Amino acid sequence: MSAIRPLGRVVRGALTFLRRDKKAAAGSIILFILLVITAFPSWFAPDDPAAEIYKPGVGLSLSHLLGTTSFGQDVFSQLIVGTRQSVLIALIVGFFCTVLSVGIGITAAYSGGLVDDTLSLFTDVVLVIPTFPLIIVITAYLKNASFWLIVFVLVVTGWSYGARQLRVQALSLRNRDYLLAAKARGESRWYVIAVELIPPMTSLIVANFLGAALYAVLAASALQFVGLGNINTESWGTMLYWAQNNEALATGLPLWALAPGIAIAVLGSALALLNYAFDEVSNPALRPVSAKALKKVGA
Amino acid sequence: MSEPILQVRDLKVDYMTASGPAQAVNGVSLDLAQGEFLAIVGESGCGKSTLLFAIAQLLTYPASIVGGSVIFKGVDLTSLTPEELRRHRWRDISVVMQSAMNALNPTLTIGAQLADACRAHTDWSDKKITQRSAEVLAMVSIDVVHLKSYPFQLSGGMRQRAMIAMALLLEPKLVIMDEPTSALDVVAQRSLMRQVETLRHELGFSVLFVTHDMSVVSHFSDRLAVMYAGEVVELDTTREVFDRPQHPYSQGLMDAFPSLLGEPRALTGIAGTPPTLVNPPAGCLFAPRCSFAMDVCRTTKPELITKGTRAVRCHLVNPLKSA
Amino acid sequence: MRFLVRRLGFLLVALWAALTVNFFIPRLMPGNPAESMMATFRGRINPSALNALEAAFGINKHQSLISAYFQYVNNTLHGNLGISISYFPIPVSTMIMKALPWSLGLVGVSTVLGFILGTSLGAIAAWRRGGSLDSVLPPTFIVISAFPYFWVGLLSIWLFALTLKWFPILGGYNETATPMWNWAFIGDVLQHAVLPAFTILITSIGGWILTMRNNMITVVAEDYVKMARAKGLKPRRILWQYAGRNAMLPNLTGFAMSLGFVISGAILVEYVFNYPGLGFMLLQAVQNEDYPLMQALFLLITVAVLLAIFVSDIVTAVLDPRTRIRS
Repeated sequence: MSAIRPLGRVVRGALTFLRRDKKAAAGSIILFILLVITAFPSWFAPDDPAAEIYKPGVGLSLSHLLGTTSFGQDVFSQLIVGTRQSVLIALIVGFFCTVLSVGIGITAAYSGGLVDDTLSLFTDVVLVIPTFPLIIVITAYLKNASFWLIVFVLVVTGWSYGARQLRVQALSLRNRDYLLAAKARGESRWYVIAVELIPPMTSLIVANFLGAALYAVLAASALQFVGLGNINTESWGTMLYWAQNNEALATGLPLWALAPGIAIAVLGSALALLNYAFDEVSNPALRPVSAKALKKVGA
Repeated sequence: MSEPILQVRDLKVDYMTASGPAQAVNGVSLDLAQGEFLAIVGESGCGKSTLLFAIAQLLTYPASIVGGSVIFKGVDLTSLTPEELRRHRWRDISVVMQSAMNALNPTLTIGAQLADACRAHTDWSDKKITQRSAEVLAMVSIDVVHLKSYPFQLSGGMRQRAMIAMALLLEPKLVIMDEPTSALDVVAQRSLMRQVETLRHELGFSVLFVTHDMSVVSHFSDRLAVMYAGEVVELDTTREVFDRPQHPYSQGLMDAFPSLLGEPRALTGIAGTPPTLVNPPAGCLFAPRCSFAMDVCRTTKPELITKGTRAVRCHLVNPLKSA
Repeated sequence: MRFLVRRLGFLLVALWAALTVNFFIPRLMPGNPAESMMATFRGRINPSALNALEAAFGINKHQSLISAYFQYVNNTLHGNLGISISYFPIPVSTMIMKALPWSLGLVGVSTVLGFILGTSLGAIAAWRRGGSLDSVLPPTFIVISAFPYFWVGLLSIWLFALTLKWFPILGGYNETATPMWNWAFIGDVLQHAVLPAFTILITSIGGWILTMRNNMITVVAEDYVKMARAKGLKPRRILWQYAGRNAMLPNLTGFAMSLGFVISGAILVEYVFNYPGLGFMLLQAVQNEDYPLMQALFLLITVAVLLAIFVSDIVTAVLDPRTRIRS
């Protein structure tokens, strides 16, 4: 169908973008690797992460790349299997947050008037209330919150920043002539929003998705770290919880505590790098200027 | 005749673009006498503003001067260090920009911005600074109470006049103006030009004025230079250029402005678009749009030849002597 | 001043929203924790204290939900926040007042310091476009800002406290010492504050640097900066009074919005370091199922954030005449 040609253009555009921007390339590669690990953890993990079959407290060695925990579990296997939770939560929360942000932000901007005022007030209030303490209070009452409950709580608290940003951009686009032209042609409101308003905002929407995903990774692992998630699941945050509770740092098992943190940092950095790269797409003035180019121009 | 205060020799400015350097100004030479008003006219993108900012040494990346010199009262500005250059600024050469709304710091009062310039170059006391600020504001008929106002509190015309007042603070010899009337309505335009004219006669400074609208300067400038694609194509006294344009481009420009008096006639324009400045074509840059173009125009670039007061860059006017 | 009045009104609305949410959460949760908490109290305190607690927490079987709500709001505004379960019978308000100065000191100072340092670094990096600062800072801090706060805390403990033994590992002060206003104690406090403060600083500064740098790049291209150069002003003056001053304005609004994020990080840092502030107390209250204390802490943290936002609004009004004077 005729959808193939624009699709090809999008793919080619994406590849050029990745080639030119080192940050985006680095971020994408890391994400890709993590996605593979999420899908097929058994390819990489040598052992069942919960199996307490080894000698506890072993340091870095060939049979245990990251040592063992004080219960005798293989840290490396735990790390690999734990990838799935963090990556999934990032993607799922990111997705739903973006849907909410786009929905509320664009509705507010497009409708204007009382609807806009109400939605904006609502957005700003949610934005201003500190979310982490709120999440703590909610999950404390929920006791051993399941994966989906945590997703719900994170989405409900995380959409407001994106909604605000998107509303501002939608407002600036809303009065542009081409939208008025579409309206004059008699196009329906949905057509105008979907076909004329949203496409120019794509890079901002993607940047928002990445930002929400990053927030989800950090918030979820923080919750698990303080024991508010389900401590019996395999995830990086719970690894840190067990490590902290067994004084891993003080008892000479630093890898147990540091490795999951590094993993979170790696996933987070990948998301942050891609986020920044998309920011630069929307605002080319921010792109890196090489010192060589400056020297040539005699600046 | 006295020494010209400004001598621009073969000035070249390049813009770095993704496809290579674009020659925004391609070897421009000008002389400006003390107290003279020289207007530079041309369409958007012809390089006139770039030329202006190059002369004022205000270019920023991605534009830069890649050749030529700008000699002001015997000193080559392109050879000065940034600190030496800074000391010449405003005292010798001041600038009036196109949009006063954008050219004034929104978070400082008018008075503070006037004081800034004074403090940077003089050791005047606060009292003297206030006194001088009030003086220049009075020159442009702005009430002194506005020293405490912020830019957004003034009207468009007032802001533009405030910019002119600021330009005259340290009694410079040369005031460079980049389309200062573009953002104003016709009445405000005329009022501003008249004010500039009065001040110029009183204080004796030279003016380098860039505009795309020739009618604005027609009654005020001493000489008029026409620019196209980064080059000066015609230069003479204003009256001469208006009444007897020789370059086909200048003729097109004059024809495009209907006169208020006289017979009604059909509006004409100049067909086509300016050439690309990255790897420009050989020969005359106007040839593709010129109705008088000859074969030689497409192969050899015409030189700017001066005869008396008139300088023209055209093979038609100054035919090449064949070997 | 209409700007500030409007902002104050908005913040009061937000405060009311937080109060309301605080009231309804325990009632909406499965298992009605409010009721079960009252059950634990019932045997332990005399009936009048129990009544006071019910009133403070807004639970009363004989009351309608609406009147319970109003009573709750009334009590909260009068500072009656109930009695702590884990520190029974000490009132909640007393407990949180103990933790408040520690958090104010640690989080308050680190946040303000981070903002000032970060904004300045971002401004300088953008001013020297293409310089070493500009090419190194953005990628470095993009990566660092993605690090989980608590992990950076763990890392610093491991590196500086356990391995290098430069700083103490945990706590706000040495447990064996008695808190007193003398130099020895203050020095002890400062020593214990270095690592937590460093952790907060290094994770939050990235955001300020990056946003300020981006704002500066846009501002430096503006005509008034070119005009300032044309006037021959000293570069330093242009950097701070012309470019920096204007670039900082959107950063201040950003400060308000990201404060919530910084607070969450601070809570985790306190937890990791066992630093006796509001955040540490909150997490301990969670582990001890001390609901009155938990909710009061959430409320107090919210008030602190809203106050900080109001302060940044005041600073914006001072720096930007357009917000102050609207004809």
